[in-house]
Amino acid sequence: MGILEVKNVNKRFGGLQALGDVNLDIQENTVHAIIGPNGAGKSTLLNCLIGKLEPDTGSVTFDGQPVLGLKPHQINQLGISRVFQTPEIFSDLSVLENVLIPCFAKRDGSFRMNAIGTVGNETDVMSTAEKMLDDVNMLDKKDVLSGALSRGDKRRLEMAMCLVQEPKLLLLDEPTAGMARADTNNTIELLKEIKASRDITMVIIEHDMHVVFSLAQRITVLAQGRPLVEDTPEKIKGHPKVKEAYLGETAA
Amino acid sequence: MMGLHKKDLNLLLIVMVLALFAPFILNPFPTDSALAQFNAGYPDLMQRFVIFGIFAVGFNILFGLTGYLSFGHAAFLGIGSYSCVWMFKLLSYNVVPGILLSVVMAGIFSVAIGFISLRRSGIYFSILTLAFAQMSFAIAYSVLSNPAFNLTNGETGLQVYASDPQWLQSASAPNAPHLFGLPMRATETLTVGGWDFQFNVGYYMCAIIMILAFYLSIRIFRSPFGLMLRAVKSNQQRMIYTGLNTKPYTLAAFIISGMYAGLAGGLLSAMDPLAGAERMQWTASGEVVLMTILGGAGTLIGPVLGAGFIKYFENIFSKINDNILHQWFSALPDGLEDFLITIVHPFIGKGWHLTLGLMFMMVVIFLPGGLVEGGQRIGAMFKRKPKDTNGGLSAPATPAE
Ligand SMILES: Nc1ncnc2c1ncn2[C@@H]1O[C@H](COP(=O)(O)OP(=O)(O)OP(=O)(O)O)[C@@H](O)[C@H]1O
Ligand SMILES: [Mg+2]
Repeated sequence: MGILEVKNVNKRFGGLQALGDVNLDIQENTVHAIIGPNGAGKSTLLNCLIGKLEPDTGSVTFDGQPVLGLKPHQINQLGISRVFQTPEIFSDLSVLENVLIPCFAKRDGSFRMNAIGTVGNETDVMSTAEKMLDDVNMLDKKDVLSGALSRGDKRRLEMAMCLVQEPKLLLLDEPTAGMARADTNNTIELLKEIKASRDITMVIIEHDMHVVFSLAQRITVLAQGRPLVEDTPEKIKGHPKVKEAYLGETAA
Repeated sequence: MMGLHKKDLNLLLIVMVLALFAPFILNPFPTDSALAQFNAGYPDLMQRFVIFGIFAVGFNILFGLTGYLSFGHAAFLGIGSYSCVWMFKLLSYNVVPGILLSVVMAGIFSVAIGFISLRRSGIYFSILTLAFAQMSFAIAYSVLSNPAFNLTNGETGLQVYASDPQWLQSASAPNAPHLFGLPMRATETLTVGGWDFQFNVGYYMCAIIMILAFYLSIRIFRSPFGLMLRAVKSNQQRMIYTGLNTKPYTLAAFIISGMYAGLAGGLLSAMDPLAGAERMQWTASGEVVLMTILGGAGTLIGPVLGAGFIKYFENIFSKINDNILHQWFSALPDGLEDFLITIVHPFIGKGWHLTLGLMFMMVVIFLPGGLVEGGQRIGAMFKRKPKDTNGGLSAPATPAE
């Protein structure tokens, strides 16, 4: 049994079947890629996992615990963090403050009334956050207003915010979209390092096949809300159905 | 020192100096000079400066940090005022129990009002708070004022009568609000040359409380809790998907700012033991919004400046009448004099709100960051710093002073 089990999940938006009978079983400590054409339902699937959307039917189990019905912050506290397709950061706060917030969320839980302490004197949290920024090569920008960052930097920052929580399951929705080639390669290296250094499961949605094939141990292909095939990267590359539904488009 | 960084400590020192030396600073003109009407060093005006400063500093913790714009905070001001007068009526004229109860009562009411209003955000939140405050006003004005059960004394306003129990009032204590025997209205006048400087007990008590309230607000701004409140304003989606429950954070901010408002209301009654329902009206709620925005929402010192600015000009403009205008313009030819007076007339006396409206518009249009931004611009002009070398990237990310 995997760390994340998705069973018969359906989601409709009016007449549109965004997800149809999705079953997924994601093994602990693997990198699992979900690929598929635009509008296939990939982001919708992640939305159902983190409590952003309630599926019409089906169940989601994380680490043996049912997830549906929990509040988004409760799901995160179970150990699921997500990098969004369009970066979700605190754009009015500095880069460092952006990383401090998840550090506090991890240390103090979903609410703690600490109105008298001083952020600057919380040395443990400060050093964790700065180390994380160093790992993503952003330490020199720690005092910059995060809203003023480039799109690629915003993504890297958001990834740092998720990684610093040391989640058991990291969901990445197109983490390298909008990044320059060099940054994409850095991101691949960073994710590989994280993966090698601790126990973490990753689900990664990506259109960039270079990223997918560099990281993933298993790949699920989603088309029109339905999982088409699930297999190893080698098998997926040569799969006729996949070529037709997805790779064919990009190869052409 | 005191857990503050150097910049914040400087700010606290500035506020302390301004507050403690206000009787001098606000009294620059000799008593007999024509400009004396621009002085502001009178006890009752100085009291209003610091009391509304407290109100605005507290309001800023909610609005400036979380972005939730309450249009009903005057309700807590009124609740504080009534609570304090009730302590005078029941116990004694000592202000301590009254001020404490005003904070506690405002806290209790803000739990309830905040809990319900915070179910919505944005404009709906503002409307809910406004509705609650207007309900409180209506209840205080009429419902709770009837012969059988008279909690607020309606239109007349709640005050102390000779028939009130005042169980703890001793015969030797002053028959007016006092702090362990020290009457609030006691004033010492220091005459130096043509100047009369007034040192009032009530003012100094309020000023010290304001300094403490300001210090507390600095600590909140710099705390992990304050960081979370700024996160609420910036991106609630990111917050909840980062494992943070935004509800208790916003509710805590609401309660704290409600308690500040209650404190301010209690102090108003401690200075003048009369509480009326009009203190809860929407215009009073709007005024604290204006103060905060005018001074600079989200900045530490902005609300204090905004409160002082509005209360000062309210006093000056509402005092000026046509007679004074005639004096000013008497050197001009008659036709011109009458013309100028006709033009200026709507903006003075009772028309002072028109002036306030115009000033507010100017600030919002030309200085969106309020008076603090104005101060920063002037400061930058004098410093003549070399051009921003980071290409504008290094925008300041901590709340400014
Ligand atoms: N909240 C919503 N309300 C209505 N329709 C939605 C909603 N979210 C997604 N959809 C629709 O559901 C379908 C799947 O969208 P989704 O964002 O999951 O696709 P995707 O696979 O992530 O695509 P992309 O690669 O472009 O990000 C699309 O047709 C989209 O328009
Ligand atoms: Mg998507």
